[in-house]
Amino acid sequence: MPPTTEPDHPLLRVHDLRVAFDTPTGTVQAVDGVSFTVAAGRTLGLVGESGSGKSVTSLAVMGLHRRARVSGSITLAGQELLGLSDRRFGRLRGRRMAMVFQDPLSALHPAYTVGEQIAEAHRHHFGSSRRVARRRAVEMLGEVGIPEPGRRAGEYAHQFSGGMRQRAMIAMALSCEPELLVADEPTTALDVTVQAQILELIARLQQERGLGVLMITHDLGVVARVAHEVLVMYGGRGAEQAPVDELFHSPAHPYTRGLLDSLPRLDDPDDAPLRAIPGSPPSPAEPRPGCPFEPRCPRAAAATAPERARCAEESPRPRDVPDGGRLVACHLPLPAAPAAPHSGPAGGVPVPAEEAR
Amino acid sequence: MKPTYAKPRRPEARSSSVGSASAAAGPASARPLLSVRDLVKTFPGRRVLGRATAPVRAVDGVDLELAAGETLGLVGESGCGKSTTGRMLVRLLEPTAGTVEFEGRDITHLSPRELRPVRQRLQIIFQDPHASLNPRQTVARIIAEPLLVQGSTVAAARDRAAELLDLVGLGAEHLDRHPYQFSGGQAQRIGIARALATGPRLIVADEPVSALDVSVQAQVVNLMERLGAELGLSFLFIAHDLSVVKRVCDRVAVMYLGRIVEIGDKRELYDRPAHPYTRALLSAVPLPDPAAERRRERIILLGDPPSPAAPPSGCGFHPRCPKAQAVCRTERPLLQVVGSGARTAACHFPETG
Repeated sequence: MPPTTEPDHPLLRVHDLRVAFDTPTGTVQAVDGVSFTVAAGRTLGLVGESGSGKSVTSLAVMGLHRRARVSGSITLAGQELLGLSDRRFGRLRGRRMAMVFQDPLSALHPAYTVGEQIAEAHRHHFGSSRRVARRRAVEMLGEVGIPEPGRRAGEYAHQFSGGMRQRAMIAMALSCEPELLVADEPTTALDVTVQAQILELIARLQQERGLGVLMITHDLGVVARVAHEVLVMYGGRGAEQAPVDELFHSPAHPYTRGLLDSLPRLDDPDDAPLRAIPGSPPSPAEPRPGCPFEPRCPRAAAATAPERARCAEESPRPRDVPDGGRLVACHLPLPAAPAAPHSGPAGGVPVPAEEAR
Repeated sequence: MKPTYAKPRRPEARSSSVGSASAAAGPASARPLLSVRDLVKTFPGRRVLGRATAPVRAVDGVDLELAAGETLGLVGESGCGKSTTGRMLVRLLEPTAGTVEFEGRDITHLSPRELRPVRQRLQIIFQDPHASLNPRQTVARIIAEPLLVQGSTVAAARDRAAELLDLVGLGAEHLDRHPYQFSGGQAQRIGIARALATGPRLIVADEPVSALDVSVQAQVVNLMERLGAELGLSFLFIAHDLSVVKRVCDRVAVMYLGRIVEIGDKRELYDRPAHPYTRALLSAVPLPDPAAERRRERIILLGDPPSPAAPPSGCGFHPRCPKAQAVCRTERPLLQVVGSGARTAACHFPETG
C-alpha cells in the first residue's frame, strides 16, 4: 500500500500496472509493476529519466494506449478503468479525468479557434448548445489568466504565445470540471519565468477545485515546488515513493540519492563539483534480471559479493522503510538521515561517483 | 600527442577605449581572447500570404569579452538571441554589423579560406548530440574530419581520434561504431572529441547538456570542466539552465530580447542580481528542496517575453518589469557599473543592495 493517508477510495489508484509493447525485435516491457495513489486535492510527482516509463504510465491512466498490453488495475474513485470499452472510457476521458501535454502547439488543432476547441469538450460531454459552450470557453480562458478572453477565444493556436497556449490547454482540460488532472511535463517546453506562472496557476486551480494532480516530470525542482508525494521511477519500476519532504531530506534509494547529488544547485554557495551517476539509464528494450539500477549503483558496487549477486539477480520488491511513511525497492537502502532541517545538498551517505564513462 | 596551440597572430595591444563599463565587467588580465563589439544580427522579413512580416532584430548590439582560460555563461530564455550570438562568434552566421576579434585579430570579414586556420582554435559543440553527428560516418571519421580538412594524413588522424576518445572517457574500441550505437551522453562526448581535434583555445558550447538526462548531464559537465582545466580551454557556455551555468562559469551574461541586460562576476550576479529581469529569472528557478521552495518569495513576471520582431520602446523589459517608470518606456538603458564594479547592468533603476 502506498504511504499516503489512505482514504477509503483514493481518487486514483494504480496497482501493479504493467505495460508491454510488441515490437519486431521482441516484447518491450515499458512499465513493470507500478503502484501508487493520488488523493483528491493532492499532487503526486512522477519523476524519472527517459525510458523510465513515466509517460507510458500516464498514458495508461488516460486509457490512451492502442497497441500496448496493459495489465494490473487502475481505478478512478473505485471504478475499474482497465477493460472498459472505448465508448465508456470516452465518457470519462476529458470529463472526469483530463490531460495536459508537454507541447501545447501540437496538442491544439491549428485550424479551429482556441475557443471552439474548448467548447467542443463541453458540448461533447454535456450536450450543451453552441452558445452555452462558447460562454463556458470564454469563462475558462478568463479563469486561467488570459487577458481579453472574449477576443482571444476567437483566435487560433499560432496567435498564442507558448505560455498562453499552455494556459489554453489547461482551460480545455478543466472546462468539464474533472476530478483528476494528468499533467505530462506541462512546463518542460516553456521558459522558466513562464513555467513559474503555469505552476502557480495549476496550484491555484487545484486548491479551488480540490483536483487530484498526477504531475509527470524529469525536473526535481518542479517536484519540490508542487508535489505532496513523489514516486521516483527507474527502468519501468517504482524505485522509491515518499512524501516530498522525506524524499528530498533523506532519500532511501541510491538512485534517488544519486539524482539529487548530480544536480547543480542554485542554492549551493560553494558550487561544489557534481557527483555524477556513472553510465546511462537502461533501455526498456534490453531487459535484465535483478535491480535495474544495479549496474550504476555505488551501494551495490561497494557491497559484499553475495549482496551484490542478489542485486544483480533478484528484482527488489517495494517495501516499507523502517522509519515509516514510504516505500523503497532496494536490497541495500540508505539509512535515514538525521531529522535536522535540510540545508544544502550534503546529507545522507556520501556516495562518491566519479565522472564515468 | 599534446594539442599544440598556434600563437596569436597579431599580438598588438587592444585599445582601451572600449568604455569603462565593459572594462569593469571584464577580467583583470590584459588582452581578451575573444572580444565582441556591438554585434547585430537582423533576419529579413518574409512575405507570408502576400503580407510582409517585419524584420527580426535577433541580436541587437552585444558587447562581450572573454579571457583565456575563462568560462563565460550566456543565459536567457528562448528567442533572446543567445544561440544566434554564439553562431556569429564562430562565423556560422554572418553578423549584420559589429566586430568579432579572436586572439587579437578581427575575424568578422575573413574569407572561408582565411577562416580555416582560425577555426582550428575556435570550435563549437551543439545541443542535440545525435543531430550534429553524421549517422553514416564512423566515430573515427567524425572525429578525424576536422583534421583531414586541415591537411592531416588518414593514419595520423585516426591515431589522434583514438587519443581523443580516450580523453573524453570513451575508449578507442568505439572508433568503428556509428552514432546510433551511442546513448545521448556518449554522443555528446563524441561531439566534444571532434571539437577538441584541432586543439582549440575557445569552444562555444550551445546548450551542451540540455538534451541529456539529469544523471548524465553531470557527467558531461564534469568532463567539460576537467578538459577546460587540463587543456587550458575557454568556453562560451550558452544555456537556459541557470543552475548549470552557476556551477560551470566564472562570469555570466544575461540576455533579454537581443541585448545583454547584466554581465559580470558569477558570484555577484547570483547573490545580488542588479537587473530586475535577472532577479525574476533567478527567483523562478525551482529549487530541489521542498522546504526552501515553501519559504521562498517568488517574483512572478506577467506575460511572455515579447517578440524580437516587434520590440517594445525604451527598455525591452519594461512591459514586464515590476519597477518600470516613465523613463523606461522611452529611453533604452545602457550597461553601467553597479555595486563593487565586478559587473554591469542595463537598467535605469538597478538594485544596489
